[in-house]
Amino acid sequence: MSTAVAASPVFVPAARDRATAWIAAAALAALAVVPWGLEGGASSLLLALRGQVSHVVLAALAAAALFCAWRGLDRGTALAAGAAVLWTFAAGFAAGPRGTSFGLGAAIALIALTACFARAIARRGAFKGDPTVATIVVVIAALLAAFIFFPVGKVLSAALLDDTGALAPRLAAQRLLASDIWEIQCLTGGTHCGVAINSAVLATLVGLLSTFVGLVLALVVQRGGNRYAAVTKVMSILPIVTPPFVIALALVVLFGRTGIVTTLLNTWFDIPRSRWLYGLPGVALAQLLTFSPIAFLLLHGALAAISPALEEAAQTLRASRWRIFRTVTLPLLKPALANAFLLGFVESLADFGNPIVLAGNYEVLSTKIFFAVAGAQHEPDRAAALAVVLLGLTLVAFWLQQRWIGKLSYVTVTGKGDSGLNAQLPPWLRRTCFGLAVSWFAFTLVCYAIIFTGGFVRDIGRGDMTLTLHHLSQGFAIDPSSTATMFVGSAWDSLFTTLKVAAVSAPLTAIVGLLSAYVITRHRFAGRRAFEFLTMVSFAIPGTVIGVSYIVAFNVAPLELAGGMTILVLCFVFRNMPVGVRAGVAALAQIDRTLDEASSTLRATTTRTLTRVVMPLLKPAILATLVFSFTHAMTAVSAVIFLATAKYNLATVYIINRVEAGEYPLAIAYSSVLIFIMLAILLAVQALVGEARLGRRATPMLAGGG
Amino acid sequence: MKPPQDGVVFDRVSKRYGDVLAVDDVSFRVAKGELVTLLGPSGCGKTTTLRMVAGLEPVSEGRVLIETTDVTLRAANERDVSMVFQSYALFPHMSVLENVCYGPLSMGTDKAKAREIAHAKLRTLGLAGMESRLPSELSGGQQQRVAVARSLVLEPKVLLFDEPLSNLDAKLRRRVRQEIRELQQELELTVLYVTHDQEEALAVSDHIIVMDRGKIAQQGTPRELYEAPASRFLADFIGDANLIDGELSGGAFSAGGVSAPVHSGGTASGPATLAVRPHRLKIVDAGRGPIPGSCKRAAYLGSRNEYVVATAWGELLVFDDDANDLRARDSACALDFDPGAVILLAR
Ligand SMILES: Nc1ncnc2c1ncn2[C@@H]1O[C@H](COP(=O)(O)OP(=O)(O)O)[C@@H](O)[C@H]1O
Ligand SMILES: [Mg+2]
Repeated sequence: MSTAVAASPVFVPAARDRATAWIAAAALAALAVVPWGLEGGASSLLLALRGQVSHVVLAALAAAALFCAWRGLDRGTALAAGAAVLWTFAAGFAAGPRGTSFGLGAAIALIALTACFARAIARRGAFKGDPTVATIVVVIAALLAAFIFFPVGKVLSAALLDDTGALAPRLAAQRLLASDIWEIQCLTGGTHCGVAINSAVLATLVGLLSTFVGLVLALVVQRGGNRYAAVTKVMSILPIVTPPFVIALALVVLFGRTGIVTTLLNTWFDIPRSRWLYGLPGVALAQLLTFSPIAFLLLHGALAAISPALEEAAQTLRASRWRIFRTVTLPLLKPALANAFLLGFVESLADFGNPIVLAGNYEVLSTKIFFAVAGAQHEPDRAAALAVVLLGLTLVAFWLQQRWIGKLSYVTVTGKGDSGLNAQLPPWLRRTCFGLAVSWFAFTLVCYAIIFTGGFVRDIGRGDMTLTLHHLSQGFAIDPSSTATMFVGSAWDSLFTTLKVAAVSAPLTAIVGLLSAYVITRHRFAGRRAFEFLTMVSFAIPGTVIGVSYIVAFNVAPLELAGGMTILVLCFVFRNMPVGVRAGVAALAQIDRTLDEASSTLRATTTRTLTRVVMPLLKPAILATLVFSFTHAMTAVSAVIFLATAKYNLATVYIINRVEAGEYPLAIAYSSVLIFIMLAILLAVQALVGEARLGRRATPMLAGGG
Repeated sequence: MKPPQDGVVFDRVSKRYGDVLAVDDVSFRVAKGELVTLLGPSGCGKTTTLRMVAGLEPVSEGRVLIETTDVTLRAANERDVSMVFQSYALFPHMSVLENVCYGPLSMGTDKAKAREIAHAKLRTLGLAGMESRLPSELSGGQQQRVAVARSLVLEPKVLLFDEPLSNLDAKLRRRVRQEIRELQQELELTVLYVTHDQEEALAVSDHIIVMDRGKIAQQGTPRELYEAPASRFLADFIGDANLIDGELSGGAFSAGGVSAPVHSGGTASGPATLAVRPHRLKIVDAGRGPIPGSCKRAAYLGSRNEYVVATAWGELLVFDDDANDLRARDSACALDFDPGAVILLAR
């Protein structure tokens, strides 16, 4: 016994493990009664009884897993459950495109069996013997494999393979190092830069600027007293609930060649009309407006979590307000600042909505990929090569961020309840921040004024400001006397679909993301770094690539999802998950680990610790993730533009289509409706979830944080 | 007398963090109903040892027993052990009552019963009336008591304390350590207590285990450790001691050309270190003692006078408990001691 201990210093659960058996039973029940295939129909057990060999094997393996789990034969459980999962996929893919597509029964059974496998290997010593951690890691990793790596791998292999499917290193190198990707002429006085250089320059600019703006806003809201809290709250949420191309449209209405401001400047000061907006300045401006609220939420959470005791300590050490800010507050914000920059950088790289409207000749990777796939000269290989480049750029950003933050860990919410008030900013800094924030809000306000009026006047683009409800009724007319449906407006269907998809995917995103963050920060297990990397990878994959790869990978059996609503939900969950992970990691880094340990010495299982201690303390992060993933699901364009169909159309896609058809007023009217709905929902969620009880005096908590 | 029953058995346990050997082949026993202290300088492996008893860290080698059960492979939530953390680790989002109910509810006790026993424990610890407060609304001492109540409510076989007083002010520290000791004796708790403060250890313990660089340096009762430290490190670490390097020959110890009679006990003649507690030294008028010197510093502390006396044996710290009139600075004096009241350590 003692030699075994020396070899594997882990804990082994003592109690007989009923949970694994129950999960195995659930798998078996799903096989017995839930329709296996996508089109409904027979359950797996019925198919087995009808003599389908693959289902006979599956039923036998699942039954074996249940038996072993019940008898506590962990090795047997692991083997049977693992084999059942592998067998299901092997049989599914072997059957080829004409086989049965996995449906609800298959999904439940596969997830339950994977969980059984994870718990069983944990009981045999994997994951330090913690079945809950094992389940979280294995199930999430399996889902990521199925819904990120499988489809993206399928598309990326196109970059490395030639037409016959053989590995072609020379061809791949040619594609990846093409001069129109990497050219740097523009830096040395020329006019043209490669598309990768363009993207990197834009992303760096937007990352830096949005972090700066986010910090300024956070300082005003968090430290400048709470007089302006209510105003700033609404104003900082507004840009998040805005589909990205809408900001771009507003900028066009303002600063385009025939824009309102351009015309005014022309008539008053004789400044010639120009196309300056179309290119780097315009895209950067639009992205800045779009992404700095995210930086704001992150930094606001970090600021709120800084223990007042630290700043009070500095104050009692005779530090001036500026010195406190410079030597205590700012250094403690370093991880959050790095995260904010990274977020801005990567968001900019992956952004599609703004460049598609404003980039003009300033080509960036995301739109280039889109046109390579959807454009006239369909070039999937080239899209794949560009995607590899994009992935590389993002990984560099991650690496830099890791190097910068290093291993610093700032635990500022400790087990000892903190009381006290955060320090005031020095007056000049407060005034500067306030001034900047006001200009920012004023500018944003103008953009929204454009959007909110544009839908209700005849033609804002040409200055025809006659009030009309025509555009609105075109989209959202209600006719109670109509026999089929009272929602006769052309936009209703897409709106309902969008709301459904967003409402389903937001909580899923929060669960998957925060559970990942929890195991990454709180548990040490073999492969932890790899798992963290896996959970973050989808962040680095631009929506355009995800969209294309989903279409390619999921339109044949056994994973035939294209054209349905499930694929939209999956797309949002796995695309938005990294934000949940980041928010969770940042928040958990500030919650003292001994709270978990105390819970554990008080006999709580890992699950109880999670639900009773960790989750309540993570409320701000949960809220931030819900807010982000919900709004992102309602405003995303890049991925879903490939996945939406006539039957399941989404609001953004509908609007883009209107823009393409030149129906700007309807597009703008729909956008304002969308914004109003999201605002209403957000405020309701916030009121419901309430504020985190962290035992602070008079520190207003805002929507996000963490 | 029955042999005492074991509360904790730590059997040849080691803990490695990568290349660092934090705990090196450590064995000890804590008898039931006894308070045993792990004492040692910061970084010597006390917390690690405690965490291995709690089940928060798996051992690299060896066995851990709680009473007669081998719990080496059991995680923290499956051991009948509770811990009071240095930071108290009170859940900031729960009220005092919710904190104290947490353990019983984890074990599946029904809500009404859990509240009842939680109320009882809070009353025992003088916290009645604070049930609905948040931890941040309590003083340090109150938070500490809530942490103790939260651990005690489970009636664990072993209670662990990791430097429980380090976040309290000095006066409170003295009172709280007495409270902990009284509670332990009253309820006959088995306690393993970690501290780096030797005075605290002497005050509360039945047994003290002194650790140094991951190993046990010495263990014994407070008196044994104080009266018969096994090494220079221990003599210096536990209580104040004047350490003088010199020569032992026959019944006399000499250093710097001055010698004084000592009881050598079993120590062989040759180079030796003499350890003398400050209050074992008597300050007398010049010529009345074997060691001549002069008062370099003198302080009146109410209950005693403290002197630093420059002698041929170096500068020696002397506590004069008789609180006679304070001697003048730089006045000549001499030192004397009872030959049996010193500690000789071979070098
Ligand atoms: N999680 C850890 N990883 C690596 N080294 C550790 C870890 N925990 C403790 N150590 C090391 O083990 C030694 C003992 O630490 P600890 O038990 O905390 O000391 P003490 O509580 O006596 O001050 C120290 O050298 C410390 O650096
Ligand atoms: Mg310690």
